[in-house]
Amino acid sequence: MKDFFRRLKALTHKEFLELIRDRSSLLMGILMPMMLVFINGYGVSLDVYHSRVTVVMEDMSPTAHDVVSFLDGSEYFDPVYVTSMKAAVDRMNRRETEAILRVPPDFSSRLHQGDAQLQLLLSGIDTTTAMSIQGYVESGLAAWETRQLNARGIGMVSVESRIWYNDANSSTWYFMPGLIMLTITIIGVLLTAVIMAREYERGTFESLFVTPVRPMELILSKIIPYFGIACIGVAICFFLSRHLFHVPVHGSLWMIVILSVIYLFAALGAGLIISVYTKSQFLACQIGLTVTMMPCLMLSGYVFDLRSTPQIVQWVGQILPFSHYLICLKSLFLAGNIWNLTLENGALLSLYALGFVGIAFSITRKKVG
Amino acid sequence: MTEWVVQAEKLDKLFDDKQGKTHALKGIDFRAEKGKMTALIGPDGAGKTTTMRLICGLMDPTGGSLQVLGLDSVAGAEEIQSRISYMPQKFGLYEDLTIQENLNLYADLHGIPQDTRKGRFAKLLDMTGLAPFTGRLAGKLSGGMKQKLGLACTLVRSPDLLILDEPTVGVDPLSRDELWIIIKQMVREENLSVIVCTAYMNEAAMCDHVYVLNLGQMLFEGTPQELSQVAAGKCFEVDPPEELPYRVLQGSLLDDTEQIIDAVPESGTVRYIAARPGEPIPTLERWSLTPRAVDPRLEDGFMILLHQAADLEKTRIPLAPLDKIPPRPAQNEVSIEVKDLVKKFGDFTAVSHTSFQVHKGEVFGLLGPNGAGKTTTFRMLCGLIPATGGKLSVAGENLRTARTEARAKIGYVSQKFALYTKLSVLENLQFYGGMYGLPRKKLQERIRTVLEEFQLTGTESHNAGDLPGGYKQRLSMACALLQEPEILFLDEPTSGIDPLARRMFWREITDLSCKGTTIIITTHFMEESEYCDRIMIQDHGKMLIIGSTDEIREKLHKPGANMDAMFIDIVNQSRARGEGAAQ
Repeated sequence: MKDFFRRLKALTHKEFLELIRDRSSLLMGILMPMMLVFINGYGVSLDVYHSRVTVVMEDMSPTAHDVVSFLDGSEYFDPVYVTSMKAAVDRMNRRETEAILRVPPDFSSRLHQGDAQLQLLLSGIDTTTAMSIQGYVESGLAAWETRQLNARGIGMVSVESRIWYNDANSSTWYFMPGLIMLTITIIGVLLTAVIMAREYERGTFESLFVTPVRPMELILSKIIPYFGIACIGVAICFFLSRHLFHVPVHGSLWMIVILSVIYLFAALGAGLIISVYTKSQFLACQIGLTVTMMPCLMLSGYVFDLRSTPQIVQWVGQILPFSHYLICLKSLFLAGNIWNLTLENGALLSLYALGFVGIAFSITRKKVG
Repeated sequence: MTEWVVQAEKLDKLFDDKQGKTHALKGIDFRAEKGKMTALIGPDGAGKTTTMRLICGLMDPTGGSLQVLGLDSVAGAEEIQSRISYMPQKFGLYEDLTIQENLNLYADLHGIPQDTRKGRFAKLLDMTGLAPFTGRLAGKLSGGMKQKLGLACTLVRSPDLLILDEPTVGVDPLSRDELWIIIKQMVREENLSVIVCTAYMNEAAMCDHVYVLNLGQMLFEGTPQELSQVAAGKCFEVDPPEELPYRVLQGSLLDDTEQIIDAVPESGTVRYIAARPGEPIPTLERWSLTPRAVDPRLEDGFMILLHQAADLEKTRIPLAPLDKIPPRPAQNEVSIEVKDLVKKFGDFTAVSHTSFQVHKGEVFGLLGPNGAGKTTTFRMLCGLIPATGGKLSVAGENLRTARTEARAKIGYVSQKFALYTKLSVLENLQFYGGMYGLPRKKLQERIRTVLEEFQLTGTESHNAGDLPGGYKQRLSMACALLQEPEILFLDEPTSGIDPLARRMFWREITDLSCKGTTIIITTHFMEESEYCDRIMIQDHGKMLIIGSTDEIREKLHKPGANMDAMFIDIVNQSRARGEGAAQ
């Protein structure tokens, strides 16, 4: 036992020295999560601001002005008022506007009869933006209608109302838990696999193997420092999302930490397994990327809601540990403690962690070739 | 009763992977005695490293039995590994760790108590001469120093069995000597049992017992004297007539497969092994030369054994017979002119104020220890890296102003043979021909010629990656020669190929030089300098000596000395001068 700790200490010390002097691993653990947060926080947003809307005022009555007044002074719209439909279509053709809202000449008169109509034309070049604008306009009109009903109890504007209105920050909030998952996955799987494969490739393991060292000590000496780096990465991610983007934590912080540690072990285990089979840095990197980044982005529910994918993709997503971790994280951040969901997925993650680390221990032997 | 540290019977190792089956060891018997040094020698690819790894328990045998220190090599692997010390061919130093940190790591892993550690480290550092550099990163050490540090890490404690896999491979003769002094001293003081693999025959001669392995089969077992005796009465020396280069006489002898087993230029003469001593040898009769009988050496016995085992038809290449004295290199025609050449990387001067000329049709060798600047010089000559200062003209073109023109006249064979492994032999040739811009008709003709010249006919459709080492080497030569260059550059062309293939390589060089091609070659095999018309030796970026091997021998007053000894002398003298000047 004393020998075990002495050897483990020597190996871990060596690993830390390499880590500090090589720097690239350290940068990956610290710089990468920061970049991920900034890119996702500032660069990726599903929300639309300052959409250019051209309003065709064919009815100049005060009521008509009132109905489109919600466009003014809102950060979601930059309205331009014109009087002829032709001018508006020209603007659309020149791509100077993304939407045309037409108030027909008989708007006010028909409003009293209860069948007033507005026309909304959307540029379909960017469908996502078009859908958002449609949503904003419809909810703006719905709000006006409600006010009208309350104030006077007269008139009806027929608007098929589907609420698309998004909370200002929700897409950033929606991404942040995913970033923590991404950081753990990249450091755990990719970095560990590459670092371990490097030892096989450079022949350092061949020399180390012919000493009293045990495979378990070699594995632990890799797990300890990279566990540390991953923790730093996650802490950076968490701190930045809290203070820069004010992502709320509605659930238990402790549960987030515990689940993350479990997931980190699963990732480290997977990385170690890859390195044993590839024994080359290039291959380890390739396989690491293929089995982590792609499914992590596409199949975990990070970008796309898994429920809207075909059944088979859902099954694949369910088999991978990413989705179980992500669903817990999202609910703990944004929804609060949903205990049965958290515990169920947490138990599954523990199985993955035990399995992967167990396999890594059992297949790492002091053999070359 | 003799005590054995290793006992292997009918040991078999078959690799069966995606690339196909390789029978690395075909049922070999091998034993190593306690307290003795046992050498395992053989050409590259013989199965030496596989044998070492099996003994270390790093691989499992596929057949036979293997006992190490009385333990089964598979069941007892963990205990074997904690009792033996192993220095692999490329010792796995951690390059981001200092010398001291590397030593500490191995001492910790072996559980060496702090009090014994101090004395042990001091002794190892003193023997290896690394004491002044303990704080330096291992990655910043020269090749020879790395190897010494590897040996020191292996010897942090006195093992029950020491296994060394080519401890001096790729290291200059000076460092090689120093490494063996350490090994011998440790063996004597601690009565170690040692198994050592080596490609250097003089190292095997220092051991108690020798095994010769070739293509997975054991060819010989016995003492070094017994191995030498295989060649008893068959070894001769002969001096070439005036004006005849050593390599031409040697090549002519080698062509006579009936009478000659092996021939090499060496120490100012040509040494050969006769198949049937006493019978007349046409080459010698042609020039009316009289050979002298010499004592057999371990190397001679080794070459006879390899020759018997080899399939000679595959290695022989029909080349024009060497029956005439070729024209001497034209002294007045200069192929390469170097004046005051300087190359700096930051503050580090890799090549300092070097001037020399290479004449048309000459075979010119660049020699020097690792890090001496020979590769840098070589790359500047080929136009691969720009010079920091000085004048450099290649085939009459100034490299500063007319790099493209100069390049069109040179052929280049890099150290790693720049072949596309997934392309066939023919596709490789077509690609390189296209790169040189040969017209289609001309290219087809050239491809046919080089295929015949290098005896690659029949292999056109094979993937270049699947070819054996000697063939790869020939193919890359063939590629470089497609455009019939005036000057051929070869960077370490003979490392990693077996002795028979090396002989064939030099035979081709002799042929090319007879046709008038200028050849510039780097090599770390000092003995290969005897094939060259002139050589240049560098150390620490400075040119130490230039001239023919005979001129150098004369200058050093060492008639009959071999190149290894001369090299050590020259480097030592220059370093002593350098230190004298510094004080």
